[in-house]
Amino acid sequence: MEIEEHFFRHEFGRIVATLTRLFGVHNFALAEDVTQDAFCRAMETWKLRGLPDNPSAWLMTAAKNRALDILRRQRTARVSEPELTRFLQSEWTLAPTVEEAFSAHAVKDSQLRMMFSCCHPHLSEEVQIALILHILCGFNVKEIAQAFVSSHAAIEKRITRGKNTLAGSTKLFDLADADLPSRLSSVLQALYLLFNEGYHGSSPEAAVRMEPCQEAMRLMNLLIEQPTLATPRSYALAALMYLNAARLPTRLDGSGNLVSFFEQDRSSWDHNLIAEGQALLNLSASGTELTKYHIEAAIAAVHTSASSSEDTDWAQIISLYDMLIAIHPSPIVALNRAIAIAQLDGPERGLQEIQIIHDLHRLASYPFYPATLGELELRRGNYPVAKAHFSTALSLARNPMERNFLQRRIDTCKEG
Amino acid sequence: MNDFVYLYRGYQLPATPDELQKKNAKWMAWLKDLSDKGHVRSLGEPLQPVGKVVKGAKKQVIDGPYTEAKDVVGGYSIIVAWNIEHAVELSMGCPIFEDGGSVEIRPIGQIELDNGD
Repeated sequence: MEIEEHFFRHEFGRIVATLTRLFGVHNFALAEDVTQDAFCRAMETWKLRGLPDNPSAWLMTAAKNRALDILRRQRTARVSEPELTRFLQSEWTLAPTVEEAFSAHAVKDSQLRMMFSCCHPHLSEEVQIALILHILCGFNVKEIAQAFVSSHAAIEKRITRGKNTLAGSTKLFDLADADLPSRLSSVLQALYLLFNEGYHGSSPEAAVRMEPCQEAMRLMNLLIEQPTLATPRSYALAALMYLNAARLPTRLDGSGNLVSFFEQDRSSWDHNLIAEGQALLNLSASGTELTKYHIEAAIAAVHTSASSSEDTDWAQIISLYDMLIAIHPSPIVALNRAIAIAQLDGPERGLQEIQIIHDLHRLASYPFYPATLGELELRRGNYPVAKAHFSTALSLARNPMERNFLQRRIDTCKEG
Repeated sequence: MNDFVYLYRGYQLPATPDELQKKNAKWMAWLKDLSDKGHVRSLGEPLQPVGKVVKGAKKQVIDGPYTEAKDVVGGYSIIVAWNIEHAVELSMGCPIFEDGGSVEIRPIGQIELDNGD
């Protein structure tokens, strides 16, 4: 038997969240140390004696015993949430309370509460996401720096700031708190950004990275398992993730090159994920709330239900983009809308729509803005103009995949 | 509201980890219920069945407790109740009875100021 690739990463999140619940969030550093310690002991023991039958249970037991020791030794010094503290202070109830905190149900609950704590309103979105990746997904500073194209020092600073804010609370966010709706929307936004970071990666090494997407989906699944959190908005975001993830592998070809949406091999889309995404989208369609997640998921669903680009209901996609711009104006959304218009009414109309995009200057460093202009000019047969746009795009490219992709488009212009 | 001490007599530690876990869960459930209803001043502690007794003017030290196993105090809690009848009623759910043990219920005494009359 072998440990699966992300074993320690995922166990880290489960154990550290559980220990934080027991020790109190102001003792987060202790919870981290105890978790690391349990991992080190596991590695040493397993190296000598081989892997246990259930590595996850082994780690949990190690952490549980260590927690019991610490709570016994420093009983009165540890103040966790008041309702828990009294049961941790008597031998009558100490062991069963620790046992209960490590039950499958409580571990999930602690992870969720940790996720909500990471999205503290005093923290910026980028700090929230860094914290989630670090604490719940077990990413180290270097891995987060890679995922966000940031320096090691910048990420370290974000995480330190985040941890200080965490440690300033008395307990993990309570899912029964009156602030739940607003905190839930911050959590969803953080998971949305995390997913997008993998999907439209700005990483210098790769244009598409499965990992942030998978982590966002793993946390999203944890969230919608909890009935009070499974709101229409949550289902809509989950649907969006599933429907986009279904297309994820086809965004790169066999040699790791970025593939234009119009050239993706639709038969390689993951039909199980599409079916699940569609089911989630149906679940999201209750209540009166219409969020950007609903609309983006609906757009993704129009794509995944079409057998080809020609067969796609572009009129519906345009009207969905209109709705999206109404509630969430953004030049990137407007650019995508213009692309859909070009599909329906031809490249000239697409180019006209691009001209009138509000805040167009915000796309100045976005390589797919000139790339889109190039694409539409190419379709009109304006090869030199198209080539010039693609060259501009190439100068803005953020990773080798984007560079290769744009170089190939330039070559196409030359052929024309 | 008044405070009462519960002295649990005849508490027995189970032989197997499985039984221990079951027994722990029962005590936990009972004490948690009392606590949630606001009847617990202090959960108290269980006690080991061994110890020493220091006794008499000569402060003689003997191994104790010297009573029979079923009468040894196996732990205590401090409970809040309206009166002794209420405290008795609250004790009825205690898992000690499954061990054939008993709960001794004692109101906490008051030591008055000596006003020197």
